[in-house]
Amino acid sequence: MFEEKNLKKIKQKKDEWEKNIYFKLVKENPELKDKFENLSGTEIKNVYTPNDIPHLDYICDINFPGEYPFLRGVHATMYRGRLWTMRQFSGFGSAEETNKRYKYLLEHGETGLSVAFDYPTLYGYDTDHPLARGEFGKCGVAISSLKDMEILFSGIPVDKITTSMTINGPAAIVWGFYIANAENRGISRRILGGTIQNDILKEYIAQKSFIFPPEQSMRLIVDTFEFGFKEVPLWNTISISGYHIREAGSTAIQELAFTLGDGLEYVRWAIKRGLKIDDFAPRLSFFFNAHNDFFEEIAKYRAARRIWAKELKKLGAKKPRSLLMRFHTQTAGCSLTAQQPEINIARVTMQALAAILGGTQSLHTNSMDEALALPSEKAVRIALRTQQIIAEESGVTSTVDPLGGSYYIEWLTNKMEEQTYRYFDRVDKLGGVLPAIEKGFFQREIAEAAYKYQKEIDENKRAIVGVNKYKIDEPIEIPILRMDEKGEERQINRLKKIRKDRDKSKFENNLDKLRKAAEGDDNLMPYILDCVHSYATLGEICGVLREVFGEYKEPAIY
Amino acid sequence: MEKKIRVLIAKPGLDGHDRGAKVVARALRDAGMEVIYTGLHQTAKMIVETAVQEDVDVIGLSLLSGAHMTLFNDVTKLLKERGMSDVLVLGGGIIPKQDAPTLKKAGVSCIFGPGTPCEDIVEFIKQNVKK
Repeated sequence: MFEEKNLKKIKQKKDEWEKNIYFKLVKENPELKDKFENLSGTEIKNVYTPNDIPHLDYICDINFPGEYPFLRGVHATMYRGRLWTMRQFSGFGSAEETNKRYKYLLEHGETGLSVAFDYPTLYGYDTDHPLARGEFGKCGVAISSLKDMEILFSGIPVDKITTSMTINGPAAIVWGFYIANAENRGISRRILGGTIQNDILKEYIAQKSFIFPPEQSMRLIVDTFEFGFKEVPLWNTISISGYHIREAGSTAIQELAFTLGDGLEYVRWAIKRGLKIDDFAPRLSFFFNAHNDFFEEIAKYRAARRIWAKELKKLGAKKPRSLLMRFHTQTAGCSLTAQQPEINIARVTMQALAAILGGTQSLHTNSMDEALALPSEKAVRIALRTQQIIAEESGVTSTVDPLGGSYYIEWLTNKMEEQTYRYFDRVDKLGGVLPAIEKGFFQREIAEAAYKYQKEIDENKRAIVGVNKYKIDEPIEIPILRMDEKGEERQINRLKKIRKDRDKSKFENNLDKLRKAAEGDDNLMPYILDCVHSYATLGEICGVLREVFGEYKEPAIY
Repeated sequence: MEKKIRVLIAKPGLDGHDRGAKVVARALRDAGMEVIYTGLHQTAKMIVETAVQEDVDVIGLSLLSGAHMTLFNDVTKLLKERGMSDVLVLGGGIIPKQDAPTLKKAGVSCIFGPGTPCEDIVEFIKQNVKK
């Protein structure tokens, strides 16, 4: 992009500028820090020039939006053609309460749904299971059967709106609930749009809501890939997630490297099964965090697109759509403060802006009160309005990848790509992703980074406004969401009724067939759907799979 | 030589958010305490059993799922039944302020919310350890 002769001139000029101007000033007036670093600990220079990206080739490395390697965005028109989907992650209490919240959000301009499930659901237990004690509807909605899914989406046009579901261990089953509900309403599975998270690797690494051991989980996931492209072609059958890795305390580079590494692992498993890469790769999607370090976050998304495109090409993908790293973003929950909660609105705004400048396809903005409890209606509305302000008032959507070509952003993008490949090498040396999980590699790297971050805050080396700087003593006056206390009872009664009313022999027969299929190699999705249609509950279906597959227990590392 | 304070950091219930528990475990260890970390998915019974086996002075319960009113109470109730009221019980996580008085009555001596410096937890334990 730059001619050798010009680069030389610029270098010379920079040396002079530093010597005659910059360092003279610093001598008189020292800089605020001895060393400027981003959140991953990469040292940041005073100013960037073409000499920081001397070999960057516009056509090969950057190119136009929607063109390989997709650095500038997955679509040619990006937000000029269509805004990102405003998709607020939401769910609490019973299906009835959450259904009301969804309608509220849609009325206020939300453009996609995103379901948060409670812990028993995430672990494949029904609400009346002993281990579900105390957890009903606490950090998401409780969905134990097709009946609950019917209530959750009643009056919501699932043929028009897309739904993302944060579900992993039992993803295949909960997806089955969604498909069955649509079909019972006369909507073909072929037109259903949405996403299941279905990313078990990051569960072992960070989020920890796993059920089955890795190999069996990977089999189920590849089953959903295959069923997806054949039967539910508009559905994203996985959302490969860095979000939770970051929330568990990783750096941005670890988030980027571990997530893309997981993604490539899924591709390899699917190829090993005999699937064609161009059949399933177009439905792989991603999910990243948006944390505090503005430029680092933007560079992260850009680097992710380029690395993914390159790697998928190496693995034999030919269709342009297979190469696209399409992603959802959520602002960083772990960056929210319980102190002075209103200032979280400012944090969320910056983080959301980074995601948009990084070219996200959909976005969740956190509510200001989430370090205190589940968000209240008003807090959620403000979070949604934050996105609407960026979309409609700020003007940042008028041009694609407005920061492309910035010396700093391009340098940082290259740097993060380099650091990602270094992590890929380390994981390869450990024998790949699964052996690295078994050895606790990712878990240890993350715990290390989390501890370092907390120490920096405790020792006042890193400022967190309201926590270790600009503190005030004030009573916190944010209304806290309380749930309908009758919800759990209603849910348990519903479960009892389902178990009493369903066709017993059909139900038993379907569970039996599922068991046999799980013991063999068939794709389990059709069997799961039969079980779901005969009103087998989540706990019952997972129970069968638990018996056949066993359960995963993790080593406790800190 | 003074006996080291023994702390059990425990994750009751199904909650998988273990960042805080792990960070606190390391900070207490670095402050010279003996720390045992249970790992995830512990029932109240498992936690109290480990506390007995390991003869701990302190139990730190960490929960971000919102199930603290049930699960913390289960632990303190069981401790009382086992005659272990000399064990200092602390709580951490996303716990609304309004819930703290009830938890305190039930035997959770202090709740440490987000933004608490680890140093505060270390100090509190040193000041309040009962054994």
